[in-house]
Amino acid sequence: MQSVASQTLIDIHKLNLYYGQFHALKDVTMDIPEKAITAFIGPSGCGKSTLLRTLNRMNDMIPGTRIEGKVAIGGADIYSKEVDVETLRKKVGMVFQQPNPFPKSIYDNIAYGPRLHGIRGKQKLDEIVETSLRSAALWDEVKDYLKRSALSFSGGQQQRLCIARAIAVNPDILLMDEATSALDPISTLKIEELAQELKDKYTIVMVTHNMHQAARVSNQTVFFLNGEVVEFAETEKLFSNPRDQRTEDYISGRFG
Amino acid sequence: MEQPAVMNKKRVQTGSTTRAFAKPHVIEEWVGKVYTALCILVLVITIGAIVYFVSSRGLATFFVDGVSLGGLLGGLKWEPEGDIPLYGALPFIFGSFSTSVLAALMAAPLGMCAAVFMTQIMPGFGKKVLQPVIELLAGIPSVVFGFVGLSVVVPVLRAIFPGQGIGIAAGSIVLSLMILPTITTIATDALAALPRGLKEGSFALGATRWQTIYRIVLPTTLPSLLTGVVLGMSRAFGEALAVQMVIGNSPHIPHSLFESASTLTSAITLDMGNTVMGSTHNNALWSLALILLSMTFVFVFVVRFLERRNKR
Ligand SMILES: Nc1ncnc2c1ncn2[C@@H]1O[C@H](COP(=O)(O)OP(=O)(O)OP(=O)(O)O)[C@@H](O)[C@H]1O
Ligand SMILES: [Mg+2]
Repeated sequence: MQSVASQTLIDIHKLNLYYGQFHALKDVTMDIPEKAITAFIGPSGCGKSTLLRTLNRMNDMIPGTRIEGKVAIGGADIYSKEVDVETLRKKVGMVFQQPNPFPKSIYDNIAYGPRLHGIRGKQKLDEIVETSLRSAALWDEVKDYLKRSALSFSGGQQQRLCIARAIAVNPDILLMDEATSALDPISTLKIEELAQELKDKYTIVMVTHNMHQAARVSNQTVFFLNGEVVEFAETEKLFSNPRDQRTEDYISGRFG
Repeated sequence: MEQPAVMNKKRVQTGSTTRAFAKPHVIEEWVGKVYTALCILVLVITIGAIVYFVSSRGLATFFVDGVSLGGLLGGLKWEPEGDIPLYGALPFIFGSFSTSVLAALMAAPLGMCAAVFMTQIMPGFGKKVLQPVIELLAGIPSVVFGFVGLSVVVPVLRAIFPGQGIGIAAGSIVLSLMILPTITTIATDALAALPRGLKEGSFALGATRWQTIYRIVLPTTLPSLLTGVVLGMSRAFGEALAVQMVIGNSPHIPHSLFESASTLTSAITLDMGNTVMGSTHNNALWSLALILLSMTFVFVFVVRFLERRNKR
């Protein structure tokens, strides 16, 4: 796992988020590099998903949410008034914990995003469907069943379909919120391998409960506790030589 | 069946060792089983009796009184008291179908849009204020709807269109108001039950709210929405009083929507009191009831079919 001396893509500065009265993120500051995998770890309820969802503004839909501070992607503040949320979400794709394919055919699932954004030609769509499925390592398994309902496939296949669906709109960033926690070990491994391949083209931010997974696949790891960043370091360093006592306690399984 | 007996015997002999595995609450079990079984029995007997009674009377028209089936279903003249009695029920069948289909056509878009508004646009306000109001609408007795129809709908139609204002148009407008709550409630439940993940998945791909509603929410819930429409239609089909008050009740196929017409239900309720049990006229009315009953079965089957499609 070589260290990636690449540029910062996501710049989070003094970010505070409140759900009503509840202070869920406290002064979060971090620079997430591009074309690498950054993992968020931490005990349940510490705010990992919340932070992830601020990156594509999915929290906007939760009433009573208030945000202070700055989140910039590629230098542009994504919470400024000029930002079009839909355009932002097109650039920042998301894969959820539970596979959530639409009750449509495989083809229509992948073509859903491109169609939203105005791509109509059959040839163009065919091409996007094929390349997206290939990138998600799913093409060989489903190429003969493109018209079959996505719901008839296994959980692991569905999750890779969701990854393919996210890739199909050509995002810069992929957010994965415990994308493997509903899957069996083999499907999990496939998705981890996939993430490794995808990081050459996409910036990946993943939340995981599985510390081994973070250690296996990520380049950087962020450890959260109660809405605060405790430690942000290269994955290897964080796991072999944590700076903070609390990080050490967590990764050695003493709490959380 | 061997096992429990052995256990029981052992319990008597060895006391505490097997008591741990003995079946507790035997009385509760039995009371529950017997009581529920009785309830089901009562239901089944009631339904069976209704079907038997309606069918035996309704079929007697054809087998005992010699009225032809085609004559009843296709005949245009209903003159049971004429010199040569005529039992053509087509005007009623036409009236029932046209009023309920038109009512569904009017109420379906309204109900679905209301449901979309209540679940997707303003969920908080929708749940707290609109839903109770709509449920209230469902509780209004049909005579009130009929009365409103008679004092509001009919005069308005009379002012705008040629004719007396009574007829299929007035009937279907009143019916559409009556079935609106059914359609809205079922549509609301269906939309609210949509897994959150589907909508989030669509938003995460950069879809706007309306794109998500058009492309994900409505197509996914379509079978349930249609179930609501069919149930509403079946309610409209069976409604007698409110329609009877505004449709005019003349046994002809009307030439326009604003001309007096009649439905199966209104024909039955208006005539039943004036006939002698067992007479051909009386039996013919039972035949109309049999047609209503068969249509109800058709509606139930359609709903079942839609639900099955929904599950897949
Ligand atoms: N919609 C909401 N309204 C109010 N509080 C919320 C909401 N969503 C999350 N929270 C609270 O914010 C805190 C952080 O939640 P979050 O979902 O980000 O945790 P998490 O780190 O992802 O946990 P997990 O590992 O269990 O998924 C939790 O204490 C949670 O109770
Ligand atoms: Mg979470």
